[in-house]
Amino acid sequence: MTADLSETKPLTARIVAGRAPLNLKEYEAAGGYRAVRKALKELTPADVTKAVKDANLRGRGGAGFPTGVKWGLVPSLEKAPGSRYLVCNADEMEPGTFKDRLLMESDPHQLVEAMIVAGYAIQATRSYIFLRGEYVTAAKHLNAAIAEAQSAGYLGRDILGSGWSMDLHVHTGAGRYICGEETALINSLEGRRANPRAKPPFPAIAGLWGRPTVVNNVESLCNVPHIVNNGSAWFLGLNQGKSKDGGTKLYGCSGRAKRTGIWELPIGTSAREILEEHAGGMKDGLKLKAWLPGGASTDFLMPEHLDLAMDFDTIAKAGSRMGTGLLTVVDDRQNMVSVVRNLEDFFARESCGWCTPCRDGLPWTYKTLVAMEKGEGRPGDIEQLEKMTRFLAPGRPFCAHAPGAMEPLQSALKFFRGEFEATIKKIDQTTAAHAAA
Amino acid sequence: MSTANSSSNPSADVIKLADLVASASLPPTDGYVMSDEERHEIEECLHHYDDNRAASIDALKIVQKKHGWVPDGAIAEIGKAIGIPAADVEGVATFYNLIFRRPVGRNVIKICDSISCYLTGYDEVRNAISAHLRINLGQTTPDNRFTLLPICCLGACDKGPVAMINDDTHGNLSPDTIPALLEQYK
Repeated sequence: MTADLSETKPLTARIVAGRAPLNLKEYEAAGGYRAVRKALKELTPADVTKAVKDANLRGRGGAGFPTGVKWGLVPSLEKAPGSRYLVCNADEMEPGTFKDRLLMESDPHQLVEAMIVAGYAIQATRSYIFLRGEYVTAAKHLNAAIAEAQSAGYLGRDILGSGWSMDLHVHTGAGRYICGEETALINSLEGRRANPRAKPPFPAIAGLWGRPTVVNNVESLCNVPHIVNNGSAWFLGLNQGKSKDGGTKLYGCSGRAKRTGIWELPIGTSAREILEEHAGGMKDGLKLKAWLPGGASTDFLMPEHLDLAMDFDTIAKAGSRMGTGLLTVVDDRQNMVSVVRNLEDFFARESCGWCTPCRDGLPWTYKTLVAMEKGEGRPGDIEQLEKMTRFLAPGRPFCAHAPGAMEPLQSALKFFRGEFEATIKKIDQTTAAHAAA
Repeated sequence: MSTANSSSNPSADVIKLADLVASASLPPTDGYVMSDEERHEIEECLHHYDDNRAASIDALKIVQKKHGWVPDGAIAEIGKAIGIPAADVEGVATFYNLIFRRPVGRNVIKICDSISCYLTGYDEVRNAISAHLRINLGQTTPDNRFTLLPICCLGACDKGPVAMINDDTHGNLSPDTIPALLEQYK
């Protein structure tokens, strides 16, 4: 059973609901740490990077940047001798996203092994898992796994006699969504306020403490040992021809669906299959009104988009982003003005305050929506919101936070303009009634 | 507060700026004595990083673990322990929402108000908690038993609505189950 699963669902093959995660011995018996031995004994760091590049593994944190390419940007040891860092972005806080929690709580050794292999590829001297503070169980399981790996010689000095040394430390955060932005994460890890940094220089050149740094998402990293074990061609084939991207993807569904949850499926699986087959469709009596493909910072899509393949390029062509790939479904009893108000409340609160467009534009957007939700929208409000989507478009604010906030707003205005207009008509009628009296 | 001070001063016909500043100044920092245990734990953290500043968040958490929040006097002490200015420590302390710069109750409820929980009944659950404890978001019960805070997505969206109480994550909440759930926390 496990052997079959590891062929088609490598990320979750060792995860059994309700069972404690495998300890080191059990994990090794299930094929664990083979990738560390293979990489350190048979492959050069460049070989590992090439395998990940060839596998077309794209970043699972939401942006879809090719993981191997990111590693390739790190300068060689000759050009940049000294410390360099690998950081795992485990600050999972994108509303509607709950995949990294599963990987870390249920199979911590997989991430530890992935950190070692990826660390070897970039020849990291130290590595960190930047874990959000609320993931208490994940922290406990990861720390236990790291202690076991350390005593088995997979971490620390001269790992497996390779001459390469690396430590791994779980750094727990203290909140704030913006820590998921990779340069803000680096500032936070340095013990500063989590304001993003200007790019360039990119972290691969000057990141943590000004040194070459790679920041990768949990799910992206967890794929790495399997690519090293089974090869790039195998990884590409996991998509079962559904996508150009390689591998499987943790897809999920939350909202008022029948069986909310998370499933590892070939990348490029249709949203309809995820919602209707795996999540069992909407709850009785409810109809799908709209859906977010992968978190709060992705544009809404409509029921007619359900047959699209859930991969980065296909969803981008439809005018949204796959993001983290976990669907949030909105049912027909919801008012979109209220739904968007909830989303903008989140983004306004989580703005780090560093740049004016975001710090001031998001609360303004939120307050406008609060007024509209109460039926106190004024003529010009919709146009004002549309202006916001342009003022806060990519490239205008300092980082991607505010542009992300505008994605659900702009798509809601496009698909559900009538609901926004309805909030304004009420005021017009009142004014008209006053005028008549 | 300054009103009370100036009215208690019989010769305070003219309010001097210096008096206002003095009355509003920070509480004395010498009230806080960092324990050896805290200092030791902070020093342990320094080993994990190539720069001591990185331990600022860990240090704040160590103090908070002991006191429930970060008292004013601890800010300067943390600065001294890791060798960075107190202002920088305060900058960090006030940025992160899991560091409390005001006292909180014995149990802290963090209720997720992000989209998936909103869609599955956040409003009803929050109202039930508020009604049961008679506090709103950001408030603490008079008996100091609970503080209620909003929090962004807790990464358990398939079990919405979700809230954390202290370190425990509770999913599939409904207004009916709130009283029994809260009873577990004394």
